[in-house]
Amino acid sequence: MDKPFRRRDLLGIRNLSAAEIVGILDTAENFREVNAREIKKVPTLRGKTVINLFFEASTRTRTSFELAAKRLSADAVNISVTSSALTKGETLIDTALNLDAMSPDCIVVRHSSAGVPHQLAKVSKAAIVNAGDGANEHPTQALLDAMTIREHKGKIENLQVAIVGDILHSRVARSNIHLLTKLGASIRVAGPKTLVPNDFQFLVEKDLHVAANVEEAIDGADVVMILRIQRERQDSAYFPTLREYAVHYGLTQERLNLAKSDAIVLHPGPMNRGIEIASDVADSSRSLILDQVKYGVAVRMAVLYLATGGNPA
Amino acid sequence: MADELNLVEKSKIMDNARMKRALSRLASEIVEENQGAKDLYLVGIRRRGVPIAERIAKKIEDLEGVRPLFGIIDITLYRDDLSTVGANPIVNRTELDEDISDKTVVLIDDVLYTGRTIRAALDQLMDFGRPKKVRLAVLINRGREHRELPIQADYIGKTVPTKKTEIIKVMLKEYDDEEAVWIYERPSE
Repeated sequence: MDKPFRRRDLLGIRNLSAAEIVGILDTAENFREVNAREIKKVPTLRGKTVINLFFEASTRTRTSFELAAKRLSADAVNISVTSSALTKGETLIDTALNLDAMSPDCIVVRHSSAGVPHQLAKVSKAAIVNAGDGANEHPTQALLDAMTIREHKGKIENLQVAIVGDILHSRVARSNIHLLTKLGASIRVAGPKTLVPNDFQFLVEKDLHVAANVEEAIDGADVVMILRIQRERQDSAYFPTLREYAVHYGLTQERLNLAKSDAIVLHPGPMNRGIEIASDVADSSRSLILDQVKYGVAVRMAVLYLATGGNPA
Repeated sequence: MADELNLVEKSKIMDNARMKRALSRLASEIVEENQGAKDLYLVGIRRRGVPIAERIAKKIEDLEGVRPLFGIIDITLYRDDLSTVGANPIVNRTELDEDISDKTVVLIDDVLYTGRTIRAALDQLMDFGRPKKVRLAVLINRGREHRELPIQADYIGKTVPTKKTEIIKVMLKEYDDEEAVWIYERPSE
């Protein structure tokens, strides 16, 4: 149990121990220094190949993984759905086997269906890193969020963390709930009732509370994590209009005042200004949104390093 | 470590007093060749090179009244054996806050053995700038027959001829309960 991260694949946070999570975070901490150098490149993964296999649109995450691979001197290849053979009728497993035949060391995969990385891990000889699978998990996002929190709060244990928004469809929320509760934080979730099912409290054994409203969730919080409202779901009648969403659930300065005076604000991006987060809050010194992006590269370098290096002990 | 590997203690080749004297001499030799502490940049190689470099820096400060520039290198990301050492080793931080360009950099490690650590440190150093000179100081220099690369030390605490089955362990109060240098031997199979 007390082993640092020694797995080949990073499929999710749920199956990791606290020690494994801390091990990845500590490694990422030391990779930050490489990103601050004038020559932001080390020869560590020279000769290794990383394939970014993205079945869903992504700019930030894909760029972040690509930079992480390149700064470690791995060769990075990006495959996006529009250029893939899947549009020509190939099955997912066949795509994976074909990629595998070219001997990559790591495949970073994002897909709109939960469980795709797990399926790939069964057939592929490469290390599989989950870059987001449906509403299931987005482990590297949770890791970079944890790194941001740790940097600004010095710890994660005993912190009160509010997660606000579309909890139902959010892999970011799930991965964060698993990670933060494993490291001893308490979580309150809030949002429109249609998007925050009461049953959600059973996702983890303890320290997760479904709040009656946003104010209750934010009250006294150390960290306020705002989720992106997925505009594409607007037609599915989860909430009436974006304007109403902004009025009832958006993070305004007034709502943020309910949190602790030194509370920090996180958002996984891309953000809808004026909807889930007010512009003045997003641009305030409490908002660490760009720090999250910065730490993302270090986290992904650590994950690629740990997943592709050497033979698992 | 000694316990895990079932090493047999053979002999103590340096005690606390001899280590101190050796480090004082290294500090004197460094400032003598550099003619003072000007543009001198000591860089300790993690782990055990760092406390040794700190001690040499202190002694140079005592001699010259100026503290040389100081940095730390972690060579993990520059290792040439990452695909063979098993699961990836822990990455630690390199701290070269001051620019190394046009400085006389003295790399400092506890033991010089195959030379591969020094190769990794040199490669990393070059990614940070263009030093005027790079020198190498080690507390213990193992025999040249073990060298796998054309790398030699410029400042040497003590040269110790050893067999391949022997292990040199530099004990420092930062990590161990004593200050000493020991030779251990791996038991024959």
